[in-house]
Amino acid sequence: MELISNAPSGPIEKSWETHKFGLKLVNPANKRKHTIIMVGTGLAGGSAAASLGELGYNVDCFCFQDSPRRAHSIAAQGGINAAKNYHNDGDSVYRLFYDTVKGGDFRSREANVYRLAQVSVNIIDQCVAQGVPFAREYGGLLDNRSFGGAQVSRTFYARGQTGQQLLLGAYQALERQVGLGSVKMHPRTEMLDLIVIDGHARGIVTRSLIDGKVSVHFGDAVVLATGGYGNVYYLSTNAKGSNATAIWRAYRRGALFANPCYTQIHPTCIPVSGDYQSKLTLMSESLRNDGRIWVPKKPGDKRNPASIPEDERDYYLERRYPAFGNLVPRDIASRAAKAECDSGHGVGETGLGVYLDFSDALKRLGASKIAERYGNLFEMYERITGEDPYQVPMRIYPAIHYTMGGLWVDYNLMSTIPGLFVLGEANFSDHGANRLGASALMQGLADGYFVIPYTLGNYLANTKHERYSEDAPAAKEVVANVNAITKKLLNASGKRTVDSYHRELGKIVWEYCGMSRNAAGLKKAAGMIAGLRDDYWRNVRVLGSNEEFNQSLEKAGRVADFLELSELMCVDALHRNESCGGHFREEYQTPDGEALRDDANYSYVAAWEFKGAGQPAALNKEPLVFNYVKPSQRSYK
Amino acid sequence: MKLTLHVWRQKNAQDPGRMVRYEVPGVNEHMSFLEMLDVLNESLIEKGDDPVAFDHDCREGICGMCGFMINGKAHGGFQGSTVCQLHMRHFKDGDELYLEPWRAAAFPVVKDLVVNRSSFDRIIAAGGFISVPTGSPPDGNAIPVQKQDADLAMDAAACIGCGACVAACPNAAAALFVSAKISHLAHLPQGQAERNRRALAMVRQMNREGFANCTNIGECEAACPKQIKLEVIAQANADYIKAAFTERQETVVGGVG
Repeated sequence: MELISNAPSGPIEKSWETHKFGLKLVNPANKRKHTIIMVGTGLAGGSAAASLGELGYNVDCFCFQDSPRRAHSIAAQGGINAAKNYHNDGDSVYRLFYDTVKGGDFRSREANVYRLAQVSVNIIDQCVAQGVPFAREYGGLLDNRSFGGAQVSRTFYARGQTGQQLLLGAYQALERQVGLGSVKMHPRTEMLDLIVIDGHARGIVTRSLIDGKVSVHFGDAVVLATGGYGNVYYLSTNAKGSNATAIWRAYRRGALFANPCYTQIHPTCIPVSGDYQSKLTLMSESLRNDGRIWVPKKPGDKRNPASIPEDERDYYLERRYPAFGNLVPRDIASRAAKAECDSGHGVGETGLGVYLDFSDALKRLGASKIAERYGNLFEMYERITGEDPYQVPMRIYPAIHYTMGGLWVDYNLMSTIPGLFVLGEANFSDHGANRLGASALMQGLADGYFVIPYTLGNYLANTKHERYSEDAPAAKEVVANVNAITKKLLNASGKRTVDSYHRELGKIVWEYCGMSRNAAGLKKAAGMIAGLRDDYWRNVRVLGSNEEFNQSLEKAGRVADFLELSELMCVDALHRNESCGGHFREEYQTPDGEALRDDANYSYVAAWEFKGAGQPAALNKEPLVFNYVKPSQRSYK
Repeated sequence: MKLTLHVWRQKNAQDPGRMVRYEVPGVNEHMSFLEMLDVLNESLIEKGDDPVAFDHDCREGICGMCGFMINGKAHGGFQGSTVCQLHMRHFKDGDELYLEPWRAAAFPVVKDLVVNRSSFDRIIAAGGFISVPTGSPPDGNAIPVQKQDADLAMDAAACIGCGACVAACPNAAAALFVSAKISHLAHLPQGQAERNRRALAMVRQMNREGFANCTNIGECEAACPKQIKLEVIAQANADYIKAAFTERQETVVGGVG
């Protein structure tokens, strides 16, 4: 399949402007004749549904939570980037573009990233106007901080709850449209399949989580904003309900899945404490602005951290990366922590942890300043671990946090199925092989507020639309497929719980397709996953029926999809014989242990095509061209 | 440690429901409360019994999805904590705990500990927003906001919409939830144009949903996992009264030509 990115040529500064002018418009009187299906209500889906409703489209909007306000964007802590240069410190649209392409280890599409940097400034204005209570300085202007390895202060924040406040802004705009009648909300409703007729996405099939009712919803376009697939690892910082079912079932209907092996491990999470652990909690990366990361120099040193003298501590990030120190990007900080633990320097009961120590900052700034900056995070840490970070260093360990891979989309955010658009973390488009801190919120809102309202109209204006009935054979086939999966899960009547499979799968993927990978491990993992999947369908136990509120059944369908997606992640990771960003192949590293890219052979997007159950996926390539930011070895020394 | 739980089991909205007793052995102090319920559910499924349904999602205290009563207290009654952030080190061996869903006419039970809180969404849809279509708002720094106002707005905006305030209130009033939004937007210059309209619309929708009146008891503030202050209710009342007195019919004629 030929992948046409539709990225404009010509000067990159003008490309979005020029492209927008070339997009066809839908007459205002015709907009109300179109129905758009929006799946997901996080920053991308919520902002898109609100904006499309404002334009006059009818939007059918779906979320699995009880309210659109609960999507997992809400948990983002640190902030949102924008190239406002309010601090006169040398920031610009071009610099944000440059940093994002470089941070993504030269595996993203330049034109998309440039557009993202351009619209970042509009996002802040929009959110301020909505009443998002961003942090302010005494003069009444917006405050910024530097974040996640950036050398300029371009991150806007609302205490440690930036994601929450941005999402509530989008949610309120969405609810306003609900009140005005342009958006119809379907909460506690899960998309289980995509309806494709004559090669176009024409609708979805959903299951009500309240009573199990399976329904067909037709639309003139389908937009997926369903987030990432980090929960494939079982333990992640994602919400428990976050899942890949919508994008995976779209993949099975013909949408290509790009770069599934690009997953991000966040360096500062609270370590695992036991087998019962159900999720991992992130501690904002902003903590690295003032905390110093260290481990004891002596392996297996179990002394109380306070009694380890200064010269027996290894501040390994400051030692290895003097220029960036504790602020190196996430992939580098995570791998360094793993290396320390693998060589026996890890701390805590499990040995899987490193110290994040605030004692110097407390001496320098005083406890009240530290409380002002990080009070809620310190409190959260104490609540979970029972330890007070004002007294003892925090223990942190990396955890899966974000997935850069996702459904392949062109510059218009349309997948390889015409009429199927994909926004936010669910697509692959802007972060390459590694996402920079405070860029996820930026991308979600850029896609939803400022990209899809333009590009969707162009598709609608260029496409013939027909009305279908639920009796259309294509719809009936999809409904039958959904019912068959449910029936198969309920009838397996085996012995093991869904969670026990999910936990086992997570361990395999974390071990072999996590922070570092190698060919032998990936082959082994693919085999183990296939075996586990076979066993799952024979031996899983899902109680109850379809026609009721059944949380085990919800999970069972999602885990079935993770059992397939995880195998594709291994296939992708195995085929990519290089290290880049979050994808670190042990065979490909520099003598001092840094990621070694192979631009001659792997400077492309790997987009995988479903070829039928049990068949290997087919690889399609979109070559990446860098006209502005010339690929170089990322160096943070 | 070993706990005894009495859990409200109710198959669906029509079922009358009842308390059922469970023994949960092997509880570890580092577990969260929801992880303890996960362990119970795994053992129930293995025995072929229907697991206990409870709402949860982020499990880090921000999405507002989780929440139920533990021994009559919303989220367990620990200051500033949702039930997902509550760890078992706060309990001791042999404790006997009673788990019940939020009880309010405006929050019908879906199953077991799960309730329907769509009434909150409808209150927001009635007026809990600033009308600003996506497009070209002024530059973010065009309107300075006093730091203190921004901070007070943020204090109120921290509400996660979990419904603990309603569950804790003897009247099942939603005053804290509604007032938090009114107060958040009233503290910002952007929120002024719709300030009166917002207060009227949200309060009227709240009444339509069947939430009772606030009688300043203050249980909501004590139960709020985000420690929203009672003073937001005073502010919202002031806004509502002012708006009610100055309200007039929208004019539709005039200025023709």
